[in-house]
Amino acid sequence: MSILSVKNVNKQFGGLKALHEVNLEIEAGTVHAIIGPNGAGKSTLLNCFVGRLNPDTGSVNFDGVSLLGMLPHQINQVGVSRVFQTPEIFGDLTLAENVMIPAFARRDGAFRINAWRQVEDEQSIRENAMHLLEDVGLADSADNVANQLSRGDKRRLELAMCLVQQPKLLLLDEPTAGMARADTNNTIDLLKKIAERGITMVIIEHDMHVVFSLAQKISVLAQGTVIAEGLPNEIKGHPKVQEAYLGGAHL
Amino acid sequence: MIKFNVKNKDHILLIGFIIVVALAPVIFAPIGAGYPDLLQKFAIFGIFAIGFNILFGLTGYLSFGHAAFLGVGSYTAVWTFKLLTMNVIPALILSTLFAGLFALVIGFIVLRRSGIYFSILTLAFAQMSYNLAYSVLTPITNGETGLQLALHDARVLDGVFGVTRGEGLPSTTLFGMAMSGWSGYYFCGVVLIIMFYISLRIFRSPFGMMLRAVKSNQNRMSYTGLNTRPYTLAAFVISGMYAGLAGGLMAITDPLAGAERMQWTASGEVVLMTILGGTGTLLGPVIGAGVIKYFENIFSSFNEGILMDAFSFLPEMLQHAVVSITGLFVGEGWHLTLGALFMVIVIFLPGGLMEGIARIGNVTRRWLKPKPVATTEADAAASE
Amino acid sequence: MDAFLLQVLNGLDKGGAYALIALGLTLVFGTLGVVNFAHGALFMLGSFCAVTLQSLLTLERVVLDPERLTAWGTPMEIRTPYIVDWFGDFGMTLIDWSVPLAILIAIPIMLLLGVIMERGLIRHFYKRLHADQILVTFGLAIVLQEIVKSQFGANPIPQPAPAMFAGSADIGLMLGFAENAVVYPWWRIIYLMFSGVVIASVFAFLQFTTFGMVVRAGMADRETVGLLGIDIDRRFTIVFGLAAVVAGLAGVMYTPILSPDYHMGMDFLVLSFVVVVVGGMGSLGGAVAAGFLLGILQSFASMNEVNSLIPGIDQVVIYLIAVVVLLIRPRGLFGREGVMEN
Repeated sequence: MSILSVKNVNKQFGGLKALHEVNLEIEAGTVHAIIGPNGAGKSTLLNCFVGRLNPDTGSVNFDGVSLLGMLPHQINQVGVSRVFQTPEIFGDLTLAENVMIPAFARRDGAFRINAWRQVEDEQSIRENAMHLLEDVGLADSADNVANQLSRGDKRRLELAMCLVQQPKLLLLDEPTAGMARADTNNTIDLLKKIAERGITMVIIEHDMHVVFSLAQKISVLAQGTVIAEGLPNEIKGHPKVQEAYLGGAHL
Repeated sequence: MIKFNVKNKDHILLIGFIIVVALAPVIFAPIGAGYPDLLQKFAIFGIFAIGFNILFGLTGYLSFGHAAFLGVGSYTAVWTFKLLTMNVIPALILSTLFAGLFALVIGFIVLRRSGIYFSILTLAFAQMSYNLAYSVLTPITNGETGLQLALHDARVLDGVFGVTRGEGLPSTTLFGMAMSGWSGYYFCGVVLIIMFYISLRIFRSPFGMMLRAVKSNQNRMSYTGLNTRPYTLAAFVISGMYAGLAGGLMAITDPLAGAERMQWTASGEVVLMTILGGTGTLLGPVIGAGVIKYFENIFSSFNEGILMDAFSFLPEMLQHAVVSITGLFVGEGWHLTLGALFMVIVIFLPGGLMEGIARIGNVTRRWLKPKPVATTEADAAASE
Repeated sequence: MDAFLLQVLNGLDKGGAYALIALGLTLVFGTLGVVNFAHGALFMLGSFCAVTLQSLLTLERVVLDPERLTAWGTPMEIRTPYIVDWFGDFGMTLIDWSVPLAILIAIPIMLLLGVIMERGLIRHFYKRLHADQILVTFGLAIVLQEIVKSQFGANPIPQPAPAMFAGSADIGLMLGFAENAVVYPWWRIIYLMFSGVVIASVFAFLQFTTFGMVVRAGMADRETVGLLGIDIDRRFTIVFGLAAVVAGLAGVMYTPILSPDYHMGMDFLVLSFVVVVVGGMGSLGGAVAAGFLLGILQSFASMNEVNSLIPGIDQVVIYLIAVVVLLIRPRGLFGREGVMEN
């Protein structure tokens, strides 16, 4: 069953055709990677999923709901969480708070004046958050300020923030960008664990090592169109893919 | 050793706060501030600053127009005295509500922008309110004279409840108890404690956490499924209501409302109180308000004669020079001191007095315990 | 038609002042990334350059003339400004022309003030939060205006325009309307031309000099220009000085139109900020266009006909426009994407 279905999406910036007739079906419970050379339109496509951009034409349906015209917070509320290229966290807040906020958002919705209850009394939320921090290996520093974390740890925190919401779809924009090798491998292991729980993931990635370690299905985007799609093995030897990458002076 | 959790600490803080408010006449007597007029000001501006801090300290939205809400509160309170009753409770409720409504309307517009746009827009709105209060709205505000009580005011509710009309202008009461002198102060004090407690609850609530998230990263917030606009608007309205309440209290202690209360300098003053005390801290704004009002009181009362006496130990030449320089800063020149203080705090102590106290605390702790203490990396990161 | 023209003209001189202040604000904001709440104070200081020069020129020598007696039979005091003593009629002319002459002293003074401000204070706030920048310049604005207040008092000090420009021009007659239909004071025409010249020179400076090119590049992308190894710091100082001079000159020449007092800076600052917001943060052309536009609209709003229709509109029209613009086009009329979006 496909959970995210993208049909005939077009997006133009001035004279530049960023996306051209993109079609994509993401199967529930799989890890789907979208790869492609620089400027292929990967990030534009992702932004069309989360409400940052609106496609000029075409449709984006998630779990039977059209995402077009929805605001980022509304899209999150229907079950799509996103990890950014540079980790976006609440830097001035503690790790525990960072994870509790999304938990509150899941429980209380997009807005609720919850001004008289005290955070301290929200035991279940706190336990849930601590649980997630343990999962990503950050429970020890739960009361530290998030800004102090290394980049890799910030990514782990961001993942915990997304996971605490139990998303139906997790979007990852170059989850290992700018990371050292060790950090990258740790992140891959973590993502594998997450995938084992059956969470649908869409990963946008440059790093083939990451892609082939995780993805069950791969779509290749070049110059705004999907040029190939298939299992990792099929993609590896695909002539069009090699051409796109070598043509883009990549790899 | 007893381990204090947040709640216990907060209870101690609150109890300490209540004790200080209750014993203020004694505590502040040695520095010459133990009289009701000044202590009332501490309390009223403390409330104003606590409310401002809920907006600025938690969400980081710097408003330069909060005096407008103070003004609305004052006008509402005086009108309540004129039309309904001299009892202070309806006046307080109405001034808080009206200021809240006003904040809702203005906030709805200005919160479409953040950062400096927001600051500029609030400043513009406050200036607009001020201009209007002086011109077109004269029937409501009584223009430059200011809105005052009059003998022939309707005071409908007082009439219904058979409150006898005296010869002169009536004074504000709490169910018959006149709100002047010490009773006036203690009334303001009780309101201050209530408002402090509310702010404490907000700080420790999930809602307060959301407001801090607004300050920290709005982008992450919306991708976390949270709608930031209503959160900021709620904070704006709450702080507007605090300002309105403070304005109402001002009218209670002195039933007169003038447009000058809405001027940008008044808005600037509450900003200064908050940053002087410590933005985003619980106690800071109250301390800041107290310090500013205390020094305003002292500095404004100084004149050349007092200064000459104060510096009489200096040689005559020097005495005149020192007096003419310091004379700039006192009396009429209080605003100069205020502006200079503003700069000094922002430049040297961005965290305000609370940070200063914390720093001193750290230094003494290091003295007492000569072990390497954790560096203040968190502070450095937070101030980035 | 003639009434319309009159209101347009009336709005233009105020619009000129807004445009000049907004221009400096935008320049400083665009290049240095600093929100300067003390910019209005620079306008005010400029106008007090004119006040200072006038009071210097009119320093008087007082002589008692025993030949002539007052009504009380005491010797009459003869007051002659020193400058008249020294230069005779030329001295009188100097006094008469004190406002335009003040430009000469205002340029170096404002430049110096600007440089001191940037080096001494603003520079240390480039990397701080916008809120801190606002707060510290706000404090500075208070300090500056209070110093002026303590030196010059709280009352407005009238500054006459040179006698030559004292009257009004019957512009309507020149354009073929009835006599006295469109009468416009000469000095306002001068001010309008003056602001036009200053704006044109600033734009020419930015357009045709290498320095200006770097500044424009810096406004477009500050980080990259810094990476090019261009000495940004010194240029920032000069840009700030330039903005200070522009604001100061606007203040000097405005004195015959509005007698300067110590708080005029903040009054104009708030409006100029609104102008910047309407024009679009970071857009120099937008600042100028919005300055004139809002000046004209304000003058229309203060017409009796309009005011009786919607009382108080003259007080709030600018703010209302700002609100409408922000709701419809949050970036301002000419704003670029990405400038201070957050």
